[in-house]
Amino acid sequence: MTNAGVPLLQLQGIRKHFGAVEALRGVDFTLRAGLVTALVGDNGAGKSTLIKCIAGIHTIDSGSVVWEGQLVTIAGPADGAALGIEVVYQDLALCDNLDVVQNMFLGRELRTGVRRLDEETMEARTRETLESLSVTTISSVRQQVASLSGGQRQSVAVARAVMWNSRLVILDEPTAALGVAQTKQVLTLVRKLADQGISVVLISHNLSDVFAVADRIAVLRLGRMVADVEPDDVTSNEVVQLITSGHAGFADELETPLRRGHA
Amino acid sequence: MSRALSQDAVSAPRGGDLPFERPAEWSVRAQLGGYLARLRGGEVGSMPVVVGLVALSLFFQSQNDHFLTAGNLTNLLVQGAGVAMIAMGVVFVLLIGELDLSVGSMAGVGGAVLARTVTGPHPHSWWIGIALALLAGAAMGFVQGVLVTALNLPSFVVTLAGLLAFNGIVLEAVNNTGRTSIRQVPQLVYIGNGLLTPTTGWVLAIAATMGYAALQVLRRRRRLRLDLKPGPALLIVWRVAVVAVVATALILVTNADRGPLAPIRGLPFVVSLVLLAMVVLSYLASRTSFGRHVYAVGGHAEAARRAGIKVQSVRVGVFMLSGVMATVGGIVLTSRLQSVTSTEGSGQILLYAIAAAVVGGTSLFGGHGRVVNAVLGGLVVAAIDNGMGLLELSAGSKSIYTGIVLIAAVTIDSLSRRGRVSSGRG
Repeated sequence: MTNAGVPLLQLQGIRKHFGAVEALRGVDFTLRAGLVTALVGDNGAGKSTLIKCIAGIHTIDSGSVVWEGQLVTIAGPADGAALGIEVVYQDLALCDNLDVVQNMFLGRELRTGVRRLDEETMEARTRETLESLSVTTISSVRQQVASLSGGQRQSVAVARAVMWNSRLVILDEPTAALGVAQTKQVLTLVRKLADQGISVVLISHNLSDVFAVADRIAVLRLGRMVADVEPDDVTSNEVVQLITSGHAGFADELETPLRRGHA
Repeated sequence: MSRALSQDAVSAPRGGDLPFERPAEWSVRAQLGGYLARLRGGEVGSMPVVVGLVALSLFFQSQNDHFLTAGNLTNLLVQGAGVAMIAMGVVFVLLIGELDLSVGSMAGVGGAVLARTVTGPHPHSWWIGIALALLAGAAMGFVQGVLVTALNLPSFVVTLAGLLAFNGIVLEAVNNTGRTSIRQVPQLVYIGNGLLTPTTGWVLAIAATMGYAALQVLRRRRRLRLDLKPGPALLIVWRVAVVAVVATALILVTNADRGPLAPIRGLPFVVSLVLLAMVVLSYLASRTSFGRHVYAVGGHAEAARRAGIKVQSVRVGVFMLSGVMATVGGIVLTSRLQSVTSTEGSGQILLYAIAAAVVGGTSLFGGHGRVVNAVLGGLVVAAIDNGMGLLELSAGSKSIYTGIVLIAAVTIDSLSRRGRVSSGRG
């Protein structure tokens, strides 16, 4: 499993500060295609800052970003999107008054000849995308998003992110507002994305979700990556300890980040 | 009811062998349920305004049997034309969740620019007058739009200032005489007073119906080609039938002789202009990226921004469109009266135009509404004005009743929105 994916994105020594606050203090982070990497950490650990740096919303102060072996600079959201990086934010950013198809193509509408929207092709592609992700809970793609459940909305937001040949999809707390059945629906979807060869970063506070779906667990604490492990190698309690204190009970070298499962 | 639709399977390809495979969502019951769901989702739709229009007509007819005569109905259509034009622009402003209080004054400026261009010591041609008036509308809308977006000022205040300033411009422009006549330019008089020949009316009605039917059939073909659910063929028949009936009724009414002395018949030119504007703006709203972005900005501006939509450009564009449609309305009103007074556009035009858009079912909270609503709402406003006039009620009671209808319309909008919020989807 460890060597299954080629590194898609390698971050080294990423630093970012806002005024006097150092949000990221030299983060190393490796993401591989086809793997779900859970990014966990306490509030203020730097999770949001890190994903915003990856997506190009924040520019990094120092450090190197290597995309498929090439050193790249992500200076803005457009650069991130061009590489195939899509972020699904917690609030999903869907327009309630538009239907599923209209939301999927929002800002990137397909047009025919005289600037007319190509509704039929957009509808067909929406259905294809949803089917490829095995999203079966949305009966009509022509219903307004206002009439969808939380899980269905999450599915639409995720499907929109992957429709544009995305390579890396970052999900910010996708299950935070969902019930049990809908959480399961979304986690299945997350697995499906990875199985399609997409690298998925899952930010979550819910460790049972993390253990259910993640191939790797990366723990961020106070702007540093303190662990990058496989779920099989740690217990839920150890992850909690890593989040809160930066080291698990068994780690005697406090300053050395826990790195196991790298074969 | 739903059984009647199984005939649909006959016309669908491969439908003969599995008539019950048709997706349940297209049954009439499901369609009705879909409408109710949309209503709860904040989409008021055209139903209340159509019902209201019928009820008003029946009421006025019962009070004065002159109301539903061909002459009065045609008169009503012409009376409502200017307001309907302005209201179509207002719909776009309401769609992005803003307000434009300057539309009446911009209509006045449009009329004043038109009149000043074609009169005076060096009169220009009529079409230059129209072009300059429309340009003025776009310019006024642009300035207001930039103030609202770039400086982040509330549109309520910006357009209130616009109302005052533009009224002032009209005063300055027309002040020398108190009234500028355009009677000497036949083309301009024709806009608001001209009649199409009865034959032209029929040709237009038939062309419109056939064009609509062709579009519906083409759309169905495209859906079938892409393997999408085509929807019941019967629905297309119904829609085309509705258009055909409305078009036929319109032409029958307007082609009837309504002259008290000499015969007067034919569709007023201005009504065909309103319908043309309605078709063009409906296309803009529902079939172009710009229209889609307008709805997105009104629905969730931050989501639109993150989707890469240039929210500020959309907003400025909408204010410009509002300005242009306001001046179109101003041109129509000026043409009808054949002159511009120094108080043009400072009266009830603004209130009627916004009332028309809202009565027609456009949400004041943004993101919900259609262009056709403005025309239907304009009809309601004109019907009240006209009907109250027939009942010989005072101008004061006309205003009071129009106000009551407006409150009723906003209440429906608000209740619909409350449904949206309580279902956690506000």
